[in-house]
Amino acid sequence: MSEVALWWIGTGDADNGLLESVRTHVEQVFRAPARLELAGSRPDDAFDIRRNQHSSHRTLLWLESRRPRRAGRILGLTDADLFIPVLTFVFGEAQLKGRAAVVSTARLIGAGLPGESARLGRRLRTEAVHELGHTFGLLHCRDSRCAMARSSTLKDVDAKLPDLCETCRALFLENADEIGDFHEQEKHADPADR
Amino acid sequence: MSKKNTRILLIDDEEIVRESLSGWLEKDGYTIGTAPDGLAGLKAVDEGPWSILLVDLKMPGIDGLEVLRRVKAKSPEIAVVIMTAYATVDTAVNAMKLGAFDYIVKPFDPEEVSLMVEKIVAQQALVRENVILRKALKREYQFHDLVTKSAAMQGTLELARTAARSPSTILILGESGTGKELLARAVHAESPRHDKPFIAMSCAALTETLLESELFGYEKGSFTGAAQRREGRFVAAHGGTLFLDEIGDISPKLQLDLLRVLEVRHVTRVGGTESVAVDVRIIAATNRDLLKAVADGHFRQDLFYRLNVITLTLAPLRERKEDIPPLVDRLLEQLAVELKKPVEGVSPEAMALLLAHSWPGNVRELRNVLERGIVVSRGPLLLPADLGLTLRGEEIPAHPASLAEVERQHIAAVLKNTAGNVTQAARILDIDRVTLYSKIHKLGLKRADDGVFEPATES
Repeated sequence: MSEVALWWIGTGDADNGLLESVRTHVEQVFRAPARLELAGSRPDDAFDIRRNQHSSHRTLLWLESRRPRRAGRILGLTDADLFIPVLTFVFGEAQLKGRAAVVSTARLIGAGLPGESARLGRRLRTEAVHELGHTFGLLHCRDSRCAMARSSTLKDVDAKLPDLCETCRALFLENADEIGDFHEQEKHADPADR
Repeated sequence: MSKKNTRILLIDDEEIVRESLSGWLEKDGYTIGTAPDGLAGLKAVDEGPWSILLVDLKMPGIDGLEVLRRVKAKSPEIAVVIMTAYATVDTAVNAMKLGAFDYIVKPFDPEEVSLMVEKIVAQQALVRENVILRKALKREYQFHDLVTKSAAMQGTLELARTAARSPSTILILGESGTGKELLARAVHAESPRHDKPFIAMSCAALTETLLESELFGYEKGSFTGAAQRREGRFVAAHGGTLFLDEIGDISPKLQLDLLRVLEVRHVTRVGGTESVAVDVRIIAATNRDLLKAVADGHFRQDLFYRLNVITLTLAPLRERKEDIPPLVDRLLEQLAVELKKPVEGVSPEAMALLLAHSWPGNVRELRNVLERGIVVSRGPLLLPADLGLTLRGEEIPAHPASLAEVERQHIAAVLKNTAGNVTQAARILDIDRVTLYSKIHKLGLKRADDGVFEPATES
């Protein structure tokens, strides 16, 4: 399995302990090496002044265009509040069967009540698995405890385990084979990608 | 119904809205279509089918309310949701009056739109579930219950539909499990006799005398146990349709009796003399080659011609593999209701397995495999292991084709286990030694160099 690049693209300082916990978790769940990197810049053009939020769509395009060549996937982690035009906010977004995914801590922190920050780590790991799952072609799962379940509220996120259910794991392995082959072909076509 | 079969059409003039909303809903597994204006939207509705329409209120040309009005007039079963950037009470009331399912303001709260779509899907599923249960209860199947994309099958169904309106006798040919009874029921449902009884009878299941009294009825005292006069299936089907399955299996005497009934349209009860007039449309079916049976003298030629007025041939499933995906969807939907276990579909690998199987038992076998799959599956998607086909699929090519080959391999295996001791092997195989020797010779099992086939000394 090719590498997953994890980039902190938030405006605030990176919480290295938190990001490292996401990195090891991603490695474990997807059985792929994950590398935590510092982004050289920020997706500033994703900011929408009218909504005072960041467009997750533009963030994905920004990430995709900067993806390191050795990485098959790139996951952006940010503290910016993300939106898609029809929705008030999103926790994150991913390109279905694509290469880029993004998750924001902005809505995962919750109301900032005592104890919330302790939950942030688990929520972030869960949503990181969720968005990366989409890049492997996984759709939303009906099992409300699976990381791939649709979550529109923090309550939904907290009901999930930060891992794939048995069915989604099996589908991930099926899809990873298919998408993995695609990567191989691409590598042959472009030796510089090695 | 699998989520990919829930089709949602988005009609909005803003490309960014179409893109972001379709991308978001796509991840729920729904099939999404988009249209940039009211006109294109209405055209897409005609080309359908759609379960849900999400329509923007303000669009140039035909606006959202007009789309709603026209869709409700034509296809009231489609749930229409009006989307707008500026909510006013008036338009909301208007939309609801015109039959909109809901009215939502952009940008939506993710929870609100998720719950709304789920609610619509659940409601529509309930309606469909009722239809399926009612059909299963009354067994009233129609042509649209016969799922097919194959050109040959569509030709057959077209002919069946035309034939249904005539009173002619129909002969349905097809392997076991291809849906002969389903087709017969569909013909009945489409015929002018649809409000009269449909009586089905399998001719292979009963002995000659039993079948005779079942078909024609019997008089009191005509045989031991005939305590009352009883009418037969012909009389029961009066005015309607009598479906005689496995017609190729009936005895020469019954063939003659049946021929007489078809000619004179009267039946006489077993042990009786009085004849009763019957008006029955006969649909006969068989999985045998009737022409060959006629040539071999096992089936009366005159009866064959009586039955063979219109012939409908159902192709085996292996010859119409394009039908497997839609059949899987349809059967899963029915089975999920019957087994009370929600299921969304099969995984791509499981589908590949289903497409590769040769289906000797046809649609019935497919239904059984899926039923097993639903029972053992632990998630919403059936995986290859749930189908129980993997092993069978691998074993079939590895298995020898003929009975002789099975016998040869089994004997060789037993001889190997007994280290060539024929007496012991014969005991295990429960045949005598001489027979085993002749089989070894006949099946071409060679004596090994170390003489393992030497007769044991104790014999």
